[in-house]
Amino acid sequence: MSFLPKPKFRHPAIETNDLGFTHRDYEGAISTLCAGCGHDSISAAIIKAVYELSLPPHRIAKLSGIGCSSKTPTYFLGASHGFNSVHGRMPSVLTGANLANRDLIYLGVSGDGDSASIGLGQFAHSIRRGVNMVYIVENNGVYGLTKGQFSATSDKGSKNKRGVVNNDAPIDMVSMAIELGATFVGRSFSGDKTQLVPLIKAAIEHRGAAFIDCISPCVAFNNHEGSTKSFDYVRAHNAALNALDFITPRAPISTEYEPGSTEVVRLHDGSSIRLHKIDANHNVHDRAEAMSAIHRHKAAGEIVTGLLYIDEDPQDLHTNLGTIARPLNELNAPELSPSQALLDKMNAALR
Amino acid sequence: MKPTEIADPNYFHKVVDCQWACPAHTPVPEYIRLIAAGRYGDAYMINWKSNVFPGILGRTCDRPCEPACRRGRVEEQPVAICRLKRVAADYKEDIRERLPPKADRKNGKRIACIGGGPASLTVARDLAPLGYDITVFDRDPLAGGMMRTQIPKFRLPESVIDEETDYVLNLGIDFRGNTPIDSMKKLLAEGYDAIFVGSGAPRGRDLDDLPGREECMANLHIGIDWLSSVSFGHTTSIGERVIVLGGGNTAMDCCRSSVRLGGKDVKVVVRSGFEEMKASPWEKEDAMHEGIPILNYLVPKEFKHNGGKLTGVLFEKVKAEYDDKGRRRLVNAGEPDVLLECDDVLMAVGQENSFPWIERDIDIEFNKWDMPAVDEATYQCSRPGIFFGGDAAFGPKNIIWAVAHGHDAAVSIHKYCMGEDIKDRPPPMTTLVSQKMGIHEWSYDNRIENDKRYKVLTVDPAIALKNIKVESELGFDLKLGLAEAQRCLNCDVQTVFADKLCIECDACVDICPVDCITFVDNAEEDVLRTHLTAPATNTTQDLYVSGTLNTGRIMAKDEDVCLHCGFCAERCPTGAWDMQRFTLNMTHAEGACRSRA
Repeated sequence: MSFLPKPKFRHPAIETNDLGFTHRDYEGAISTLCAGCGHDSISAAIIKAVYELSLPPHRIAKLSGIGCSSKTPTYFLGASHGFNSVHGRMPSVLTGANLANRDLIYLGVSGDGDSASIGLGQFAHSIRRGVNMVYIVENNGVYGLTKGQFSATSDKGSKNKRGVVNNDAPIDMVSMAIELGATFVGRSFSGDKTQLVPLIKAAIEHRGAAFIDCISPCVAFNNHEGSTKSFDYVRAHNAALNALDFITPRAPISTEYEPGSTEVVRLHDGSSIRLHKIDANHNVHDRAEAMSAIHRHKAAGEIVTGLLYIDEDPQDLHTNLGTIARPLNELNAPELSPSQALLDKMNAALR
Repeated sequence: MKPTEIADPNYFHKVVDCQWACPAHTPVPEYIRLIAAGRYGDAYMINWKSNVFPGILGRTCDRPCEPACRRGRVEEQPVAICRLKRVAADYKEDIRERLPPKADRKNGKRIACIGGGPASLTVARDLAPLGYDITVFDRDPLAGGMMRTQIPKFRLPESVIDEETDYVLNLGIDFRGNTPIDSMKKLLAEGYDAIFVGSGAPRGRDLDDLPGREECMANLHIGIDWLSSVSFGHTTSIGERVIVLGGGNTAMDCCRSSVRLGGKDVKVVVRSGFEEMKASPWEKEDAMHEGIPILNYLVPKEFKHNGGKLTGVLFEKVKAEYDDKGRRRLVNAGEPDVLLECDDVLMAVGQENSFPWIERDIDIEFNKWDMPAVDEATYQCSRPGIFFGGDAAFGPKNIIWAVAHGHDAAVSIHKYCMGEDIKDRPPPMTTLVSQKMGIHEWSYDNRIENDKRYKVLTVDPAIALKNIKVESELGFDLKLGLAEAQRCLNCDVQTVFADKLCIECDACVDICPVDCITFVDNAEEDVLRTHLTAPATNTTQDLYVSGTLNTGRIMAKDEDVCLHCGFCAERCPTGAWDMQRFTLNMTHAEGACRSRA
C-alpha cells in the first residue's frame, strides 16, 4: 500500500489518443490494495483499453459492490461516474442506471465473493436480461478482505494458505454466464495484458451483456503452492483458445493471416476483432461448443481463456422492453406530459 | 541483450547523471539531501573531499552537472546544483575541526608544485595528510591561481578564496608566493621526489596581426592580464566606451568588470553566432541583465586610431555557412564593414599554455603543438616523476577539471614515490545499501513533485554596478535552498532488480509514472528499445535488463527518465525491486589507492 500520491510527471514522449488524452488522464487515485494485487493489473488494463478506444471519461459509469475488487473503481477512470453499491447489489444498481440513461457506457466491477456468493442472484438476472454492460469479475478465489477464507469460486481440492483443502464444488462464472444468455463471454488473467486489454475493448464495444471472468491472484492469501489461482498455477495451466487484436473502424483489415486460423468478428460500431485461433476447432459463435470447451479443458486440469462465446447480433434490455431511445434526463415536459387531446382519448378508453 | 552487470562500478554511477558528468564525481544527490536536512557542514565536507573548493565552485563552476541533471529531462530546468553547493558553503558551521590534521609524521618525500591554483592545491591537499613535504610555488603573492587573478571579485569574494585556500595551506604546505619558476632544470636540481606542474594556461591570445595593434598598444588589453591587474588593484578604471572581443566566460568577466570600473558604453562583440558562444548561458544572461549588448557575426579587421589614440574597431560582417559535413565556416556577409567607436578594447579571444621555462633537453617530450606530452590516465610526462594537471596538462578547461586532474595526479605521485606502478590504478569502490525502512517507508524523501527551478537572489544592480567588490549574487537563502534541494530526484537511490524474486505480477509496470518498466521478450538492444512501454530513444541512457524470468521474458527498464520515486519497489509484493543507495568512493591518494587487496 502506498500513501504518497503518484507523481504527476509523465514520460516526455507520452502519446495521446484521439481526444488528446494520455493514458495517465484515465488514472484514478493511487491504489491502497496490497502490493502486487492482480486487481491493480486489471485496473491498468481497463485504463489502457479505455485510453486506446479514446472514450471520453465522462461518458463512462463504473459500478461496484463490496470487496477488494469493488474498491478498484477508485483507482481508475478518476473522471468518470462511479457508484459503490451494497454488497452484491451492483448488477441491480447498474440495471437501473442503464434503464435511466442508456447513453453511458456501463462498467460493472465485482469480485468472486460479490458476484458468486452474496450477489449470485443479482448477477444471474442482470445477465439474463441482457443489460448492455461490461461485467468484470476480478476472480481471486479467496475472501481477501476477511483474510483468506475460500470463496465460492475456489476449486475443489485447492489449498488455502494454511494448507486446509477446499471440499466444496466451485461456481464456474463463465459457464453460468453462457447458460444465462450472456452475448459476450471471455476469461482472462490479470498477468496477461496482451490478452486482457483487447478483450475488454471488445467487451466495451459489444452492445449487450458482456461478461469477463478475470483470474486475479491474491498475493496476500492465494498465491501459494496448492492454490489454483496463483500466478504460477494459472501460467502453467492456461489454455488460451484464441488471441485477439482489436481493430478500430478506420484501420484497414489486412489479410496476411492464413485462412482458417484467423477470423474477423464484427462488433457493433464498425470495429472488429481479429481472432487468431489457437484451438482451431473452437467456434466462438456456438454456445454449446463454448460450454463443451470449458468442460473439456476443466477435465484436463486446464483453465480455458480467451474469447469463449460471442453473439454478433445481441438484443439488449432496452430493445426487449421497447424503451424510449433517449436517456430519461433528456426528456422534458412536452415528452412527459400528454396533450389534452391524448389525455382525453386515454380517459375515454377507460370509461 | 545480456543481463546488466550492476556490479560494474560504472553502471549505477552513470545513472547518477550529475555525478557522472562531474569531472571530480562529486556525490551530488548525497550532499543535496544533507542540505535538505539542514546539515550544511556535512554537505560541505562531502564536497570538500571531492572538489576541494565548494565555496569557490558554488559560485564559479562551469556546472557540467546541470545539463546532465535528470530533472532537466522530466521538467524544464535542472536542479540548481551549483547554487546549492554555495548554500552548503554559506551556511555551514565552523568545520575546521573536521579537516584532516597536519601529518604528525612525515614520510620523507618532498614534492614541488608549480603554480598555486586549483590543480596544485588539490595535489597538496591529497598528499600533505599522508606525510609528504609539499612546496607550492606561485608567481603571485597569494595562493589561488586563476581563481584569484581572473575571476572578478563581484563573482567570487576574496574572503571565500582566502578561506578555502587556507584550508589547504594549513595542512602544513610551504607556500612560496612571488616565486615564479623560470627553469625546470634548476628545480630538478633541488632534488624533489616528484614535481607537479599546475601552472595553468597563463597566456592570453593576442590579435597582433591586426592593423593598428602596435599603434594603439596603450588602449588594447589582453583580457586575462587585465582581469588580473584589476584583481590586484593595479587597474581601477577604464574608458567610457569599451569593446570586449570574444565570446567566452573571460569576455563576460571583462565586460561586467568594465561596467563596474566606469565603462558607460560596454559591448561584447563575437565572431560567431550568439548561440555558439563559449560562455556559459547563465554568464551571458548575467551580462545582458546588466545592460551589456552582445553583437554577433562581427570579425575584427582593424584597430582605428588617430595618431596612436584608439578611436574604434572596424569589423567585417560575416554569416555562417555549412559544408556537406556540417562544418561551419564564417564567410563575408556581403554587407559594408561596421565601425564601432571605443576608448578601450579588451581582447578575450582565448588563452593557451606556454612553457618557455621548461628546457627542451631534459627528457620532457613535447608534442606537435609544442606542449609536453602528458599521459591522460597518469598525468605523467615522458620524464618519470614529473606530472602535469589542470590547464597546464591539456589546455584551458575549468576549475573542476583542474581539481579532478589534481586528485588523479596525486594518486600517481603517491604510487610513484612508494615505488609502485602508476599505471596500476584501482577502480573506485562502490556500495549499494537498501533504503527500506518499512512497507512503504524509505530513508529518503521519495515524494516527487513538479516544481520549477527557483531564482537565485541578487543585489540591486544600482548597488552592484558601483563597486567591483560587491558580490552581485546573494545566493539562495535557507528557505529557497531547502525548496531547491527538494527538487533533487535522488538519482543515487537506485532501482535494483532481483530476477529470482520476481513473479511478473506487473505491479511495477502499472504504477511507474513515467512508463520506464517493461516485461518483454528479449532482443538486441536497438530492437528492444522500440519494444518498450515507452520507446527508449535516448541512447545515452542505458537499459537495465534482467535475466530470463519464469515466463521466458525479461524485465527491461529505461533509466532515462526514471524519477527514483520508489513506487516500483513500494508496489512490488516480493521485494524484487528495492531502492538501494549507491555510493562511489573515488580513488584518491590514500592507503586504498595503492591496492584493493
